[in-house]
Amino acid sequence: MPRNPIVKSSLVLSFKKELLFFLVLLWLHPAFAYRIFVSNEKDNTITVLDGASLKILQTVPVGARPRGIVLSQDGKSLYICTSDADHIEVLDLASLTVTRILPSNPDPEFMALSHDGKTLYIANEDNSQVSVLDVAGGRITSEIPVGVEPEGMAVSPDDKTVVCTSETTSMAHFIDVATHTVIASVLVGSRPRFAVFTKDGSKVWVSSEVAGTVAIIDTATHKALHTITFNLPEVPTASIQAVGINLTDDGKTAFVDLGPANRVAVIDANTYAVKTYLLVGQRVWHGDFSPDEKYLYVANGISNDMSVIDVQDLEVTQSVPVGQSPWGVVIAP
Amino acid sequence: MRGCGGNPGSLVHLAFAALFLLPTIAQAGQTITIDYVTLNTPLHIPSAALEAPPSDTGLRGADLAIADTNTTGRFTGQTYVLHMITEHDQSALVRDFAQALAGGQRLFVTDVPASLLLTLADTKGASSAILLDATSEDDRLRGPDCRANSLHLLPSRAMLADGLMQYLVSKGWTRIMLLTGRDPEDALYAAAIRHAADKFQISIEADRPWSFNPAAQQADTGHYQVNDEVVKATQGVSYDVLVVADEAGNFGDQIAYRTASPRPVAGTQGLVPSAWAQPMDEYASTQLQLRFHRMAGRWMTSRDYGAWLAVRSVGEAATRTASADPSRIIAYLRGPSFTVAGYKGPELSFRAWDGQLRQPILLADSNSLVSISPQPGFLHQTNDLDSLGTDAPETTCHATP
Repeated sequence: MPRNPIVKSSLVLSFKKELLFFLVLLWLHPAFAYRIFVSNEKDNTITVLDGASLKILQTVPVGARPRGIVLSQDGKSLYICTSDADHIEVLDLASLTVTRILPSNPDPEFMALSHDGKTLYIANEDNSQVSVLDVAGGRITSEIPVGVEPEGMAVSPDDKTVVCTSETTSMAHFIDVATHTVIASVLVGSRPRFAVFTKDGSKVWVSSEVAGTVAIIDTATHKALHTITFNLPEVPTASIQAVGINLTDDGKTAFVDLGPANRVAVIDANTYAVKTYLLVGQRVWHGDFSPDEKYLYVANGISNDMSVIDVQDLEVTQSVPVGQSPWGVVIAP
Repeated sequence: MRGCGGNPGSLVHLAFAALFLLPTIAQAGQTITIDYVTLNTPLHIPSAALEAPPSDTGLRGADLAIADTNTTGRFTGQTYVLHMITEHDQSALVRDFAQALAGGQRLFVTDVPASLLLTLADTKGASSAILLDATSEDDRLRGPDCRANSLHLLPSRAMLADGLMQYLVSKGWTRIMLLTGRDPEDALYAAAIRHAADKFQISIEADRPWSFNPAAQQADTGHYQVNDEVVKATQGVSYDVLVVADEAGNFGDQIAYRTASPRPVAGTQGLVPSAWAQPMDEYASTQLQLRFHRMAGRWMTSRDYGAWLAVRSVGEAATRTASADPSRIIAYLRGPSFTVAGYKGPELSFRAWDGQLRQPILLADSNSLVSISPQPGFLHQTNDLDSLGTDAPETTCHATP
């Protein structure tokens, strides 16, 4: 999702009245409106909300157990892992109908799209492999054996490396895209769930659900540089489970969703120090930023709602009911 | 998902972070052999068995864990092999075990009765081995009869009873009636229930033996007779929950709906506290349940779960130490860094004072997961899981590794 360069550069200018007015006009312009898509694991729907009003525009029925969702490169479609239907559904974002079914191999849980938009890398949780899907051709071109219960998937900014986390094996596997082979496997805390590359591709952040930690892995040496732990005296240690991670575009801040601790940790991405914890809904899973990065929207799997976090003020401003067991969030035009 | 920000780490950060480096992956070509020691005993068929219990419960859990750890092993250069030591006769099993020890084997998963486990643990040469007890629930093995070379994967009866009592407290159902069968194991289960009731201030309004021969159920119209007997055994008492102690399933399935007062049944039947249960579907356990079912053609039992955990624990220790050396694996299993993910939420680890794996207790009937203990609010100063079973200050285990 490319950020809006006009809004960004405006922020550094002084707040002249005219400029402010101009900004407001820009904001109201339809091109800057956005919608929020939330996958609901238990009622087999995608909730579509208006980004400005947070009103539900539509609830779209999809295949069984929708979990991981990813926006297509052109921003016109949403790829949906319908885990129990054993395929990927393509939701056309103009008509809000499923227009295409893509093969995925059994139990697709999560996937990552190459930056050229051509290839989906799909974690098949039940059979310990990553499936490589040629999106245009609609076919699986390769299957790569990984550890037990693969889940987290991430593609490097240069599209040359894919990282897959396998939960029971407790590893982050680095897959060479050219050869489709695992070139390194890095041990991390128990049940690694999610991986994300930094913008410069030099590091990968990997969250571990059961260990309740986040490992920062150097992509050149395949070594863990640092492990972030979380300290919440008022929460039972077992409830601190790291899941989704969102890194701000400026590389300064990370938001880590802490599952049944019902909190999102805010981390200084340079020092790895936890700055604060934000109280959100129950069992917070995954999230996504608004295009201007003013807000982070996170899905709460047990309280069936979505929390809205003000990124600047680090406050939870609102919670919005969505479907049953919301899992993933994607922002799209 | 969204693009992400980057930052070049400073040298100071790198140096600091180096302190937290995780262990590296093992050298290629290591083989870790685990011996599965089991006594081939005749199957006991419970009175209400609609289908025969599986004959390979326990072992199939170990098989699945071997497959799981070998998937991991592909990336660590480690291969795991399960070697069977199985006999019909106890003395033959002890002999085979001693031979394995003499041959240098040190990693054992045991699926044997408590008394036999003690014989194995006390065998000459076994002190440098580890016996991962996959199937026993006996408190004495974690107490006065504990052994320094044994670790216990399944919850003790004390933990099961505490898990149930915590739930009853959370519901405000604080008066129970206890109905105990005639088997020696039933007496042990009942003792654990009494101890837990005392600990959580649950009052036992009546504590009665069950002596009726349940075979009557199998005769036509026998159910009238069973119903009369259950009424007789449960009348004249005011209580909230009937707790049955019938580990072999001789009568416990024929109590519910027949009691004098309409009261729920819990314990070995009804609402059962257990290590594992078929309706369990939280904490990603669906993955484990389905993986097991695909392999074994049946659902995972607690004994399968215990054996799965035993082999997974060895796998975890071998992966984390990047070693196939049994002494390093054993030291890691016993050390403070060891944890294993058990699909029940928190990381599981062994209690230093008695070798018991601390873990949540599932509370389920045959078709639904009712709750998981520890219940919210039952706190412990170091680990809430230690609100279940015997804590360090009360331990009667004095073996030191």
